[in-house]
Amino acid sequence: MTWETVIGLETHVELCTKTKIFCSCTTEFGGAPNTHCCPVCTGMPGTLPVLNKKVLEFAVKAGLALNGEITRHCKFDRKNYFYPDLPKAYQISQLYLPIARNGRVPIRLESGAEKVVHIHELHMEEDAGKLVHDPWLEETRCDYNRCGVPLIEIVTEPDFRTAEEVIAYLEKLRSILQYLGVSDCKMQEGSLRCDVNLSVRPAGSMELGTRTEMKNLSSFKAIARAIAYEAKRQIELMEEGKSVVQETRRWDENKDATFAMRSKENAQDYRYFPDPDVPPLEISEEYLEQLRREQPEMAEEKMARYQREYGLPPYDTQMLTSQKALAAFFETCLSLGSDPKQTANWIMGQVLGQLSAKGIEAKDMKLTPSTLVTLISMVKGGRLNRNTAVKVFEAVFDDDGDVEGYVKAHGLEQINDPEALTAAVEKVFAANTQSVADFKAGKEKAFGFLVGQVMREMKGKADPQAVNSAVRKKLNAER
Amino acid sequence: MDMELTRLTALELGAALKKGEASPADAIAAAQERISACQDTNNAFITPASPSPAPIGDGPLAGVPMALKDNICTKGVQTSCASRILGGFIPPYNATIVERLSAAGSVSMGKLNMDEFAMGSTSETSFYGPTRNPWDLSRIPGGSSGGSAAAVAAGEVWYAIGSDTGGSIRQPAAYCGVTGMKPTYGTVSRYGLIAYASSLDQMGPIARSAADCAAVLDIMQGRDPRDGTSLEGHYGGLLPSLTGDVRGLKIGVPADCFGQGLDSEVRKAVLAVAHVLKSRGALVEEFSLPIMEYVVPAYYIIACAEASSNLSRFDGVKYGWRSPKYEDLSGLYARTRTEGFGSEVKRRILLGTFVLSTGYYDAYYKKALQAKAVITKAYDEAFQKYDVLLTPTTPTTAPKLGESLGDPLKMYLSDIYTVPVNLAGLPGISIPCGFDSQGLPIGAQLIGPPLGDGIILNAAHAFQQETEYHKKAPAEKGGVSL
Repeated sequence: MTWETVIGLETHVELCTKTKIFCSCTTEFGGAPNTHCCPVCTGMPGTLPVLNKKVLEFAVKAGLALNGEITRHCKFDRKNYFYPDLPKAYQISQLYLPIARNGRVPIRLESGAEKVVHIHELHMEEDAGKLVHDPWLEETRCDYNRCGVPLIEIVTEPDFRTAEEVIAYLEKLRSILQYLGVSDCKMQEGSLRCDVNLSVRPAGSMELGTRTEMKNLSSFKAIARAIAYEAKRQIELMEEGKSVVQETRRWDENKDATFAMRSKENAQDYRYFPDPDVPPLEISEEYLEQLRREQPEMAEEKMARYQREYGLPPYDTQMLTSQKALAAFFETCLSLGSDPKQTANWIMGQVLGQLSAKGIEAKDMKLTPSTLVTLISMVKGGRLNRNTAVKVFEAVFDDDGDVEGYVKAHGLEQINDPEALTAAVEKVFAANTQSVADFKAGKEKAFGFLVGQVMREMKGKADPQAVNSAVRKKLNAER
Repeated sequence: MDMELTRLTALELGAALKKGEASPADAIAAAQERISACQDTNNAFITPASPSPAPIGDGPLAGVPMALKDNICTKGVQTSCASRILGGFIPPYNATIVERLSAAGSVSMGKLNMDEFAMGSTSETSFYGPTRNPWDLSRIPGGSSGGSAAAVAAGEVWYAIGSDTGGSIRQPAAYCGVTGMKPTYGTVSRYGLIAYASSLDQMGPIARSAADCAAVLDIMQGRDPRDGTSLEGHYGGLLPSLTGDVRGLKIGVPADCFGQGLDSEVRKAVLAVAHVLKSRGALVEEFSLPIMEYVVPAYYIIACAEASSNLSRFDGVKYGWRSPKYEDLSGLYARTRTEGFGSEVKRRILLGTFVLSTGYYDAYYKKALQAKAVITKAYDEAFQKYDVLLTPTTPTTAPKLGESLGDPLKMYLSDIYTVPVNLAGLPGISIPCGFDSQGLPIGAQLIGPPLGDGIILNAAHAFQQETEYHKKAPAEKGGVSL
């Protein structure tokens, strides 16, 4: 029998407001334990939450960008459960009237196929603190810094069938939220967290199977592997004639497997009810209109525009818009007069290469557009050959170094002296008579070798085009 | 001098202090003397304070000693809610009203006894022992702000702050022969009031006259950015607007509040209020308010539901009492809460947990919210016709200690006249309107439309200009001697 995997996602996204959702404490990541909190976010008796209007704004912007219907009369509810990282013993969340519903996110797959992921709802809530276990003292300590950091939870319909679709959606979601400027979506810092609901069913069946929920997925790679593992586990169970137990499972990165955390029988009754401390929100058409107007140009719109205005191929535009900061970098380069295609090539090749080698994101890099533009124009003006330019780029990337200064200090400027080139060619031909003979005998490979030798003689500073033509000319002359 | 001072109203003492007829030190000393004399018998205080006198500032109540119910957070002073579970809890912040009162020059004589977490109508459920009624020490002072009412009645302070979720200011005020007011929901910031039922809780004054209450409310009321339910509005000016003129004031008397279950002596005294106001030109009319059968169940479902959530934070992890006997996390929670809460609080937490549980939410909580909407609508309609409603505050006068707790259902039902006012978010004031044959005070309740705080204060003031009940002190009736 063939099986179909059915997946739905619950994604928690930390909003990058300066202050917390119900008090004015900073949302900054890290900090010494219990230094980013106050009586309100630690739920001290008698204190009251007051909604940060910026959180509503960010959530509505996200809801609009995901093509959702904004709930005009919207409320907060309390989700009650006991845990030491939750100092009020309830989380202020939204169950009955979430801020947005019925969104749609179109995604594109590797094959070029397109698919729409349906968003069931988007709601606002507060984050909990964290527990720090000290194995030496056998003590558990509470750090409430993260308490009250604003989150949106985005719940999809069970629309996914493969890990590829899931990753494509998450990348799209991350791009949208980053472009909106509502979250930095850093999985490693927990500002984007994803729970995966997965079930399997016989191919062709319309009924949903029993699902499990997987938690502790801290990277896209972990998500893909967890999906593969869990689908296989469930299919094996089914094929053995056993049944899947509805439960929450924890992904163990080191063991590459999921493990049961708690079953449905032990599921908590959260006793949701409307929070009497936070008055219902009435969202006006004017407010929505204003936020619609403020919506920035998204990756897809930029892609289309880059293709239209600069004639860039779709692949390039996709790469350039993969991070908001990268697209902004690109656009600034162009505004400084740089050529679109050359700039795109440098960004896709060198900039992305360095970012990935250094493991940083575009928004955190120090390199400025003007530095790249200088480099590109030096190549264009014949002052640097491309290979040397790449070396210079790598040298200045980390701290946005001075290109001119570096080139001068290391004597890297291109040598455009025809006599020096002729001399080098003469020298190489004299020293490599066998290669010259090989070429004449029809071995085209020898040409490349000779060019390389001349370049080496010129200490890499010659214009490769000029070297090419000089070698070719000399060979023709000898023939 | 002291004897005289403690017989003054808060406004009279404020005026005397301004004129230099008495010093702030005299006022504090007089209060301290009374507190020492009464504390062992009526147990009105949990934590008495020894404030130092300060120069008199502006405002009609500057320098006047008062006290706070022990569910109002006071920076650096234990705030216990009369519960073991908050033993040793010292807030690092003040409630907004504490700051407002302090800015108005008030002097706090300490923290007052109450029913544990403001749950109760008797002030017997306090971990610190029951408070007794100064009019008859064998009787309860009412609750949950029993300490507040008893301290004012016994002359220990000139006014006290209480909180009222279902009658917890008005009912003890009635039992203790003093004036107590719950203002419109949202006019007094709840920041720093340890919540019982957030959608119903509101703090207010207990004092010796409606005018004193108006003066205190002028200080307490105001928009607070720290409370999301706090209302924008024009505050202040209640005291200057007390003219005592009730000519043309339309008073509705709901017949449904004068039927079965109401003590005949209470009935007579409360209806007499209508006659007094009528004699000053008010128009009195009987009407039907057919909601009374829903009010107690709706109130207890909503209040307990909210309480079950509000009180969850008392888990032994962060502050207050933690049981020493636990093995694991759930044991820590279970032992701490079992040992830390009293039985009435546990009953309400269990009730509230039940009504919010999956499968019961619609049948109970949602129904109760619907009932609340019906009740609110009935009042809206009543206030289309009337400016003020007159009802009893309580069905009877103060019961004896130990009579009520054994029969919680009966105790809950005795809240019938006060709870709908909270459900509808209205202002309500209880004023002394007579004594029963045992010499116990009777209270009448005046209810106003939303933000009609000034209207009921003025009607109460008019009544108090015609009558002397509010000036009576327990000593004359054989209570704690003044």
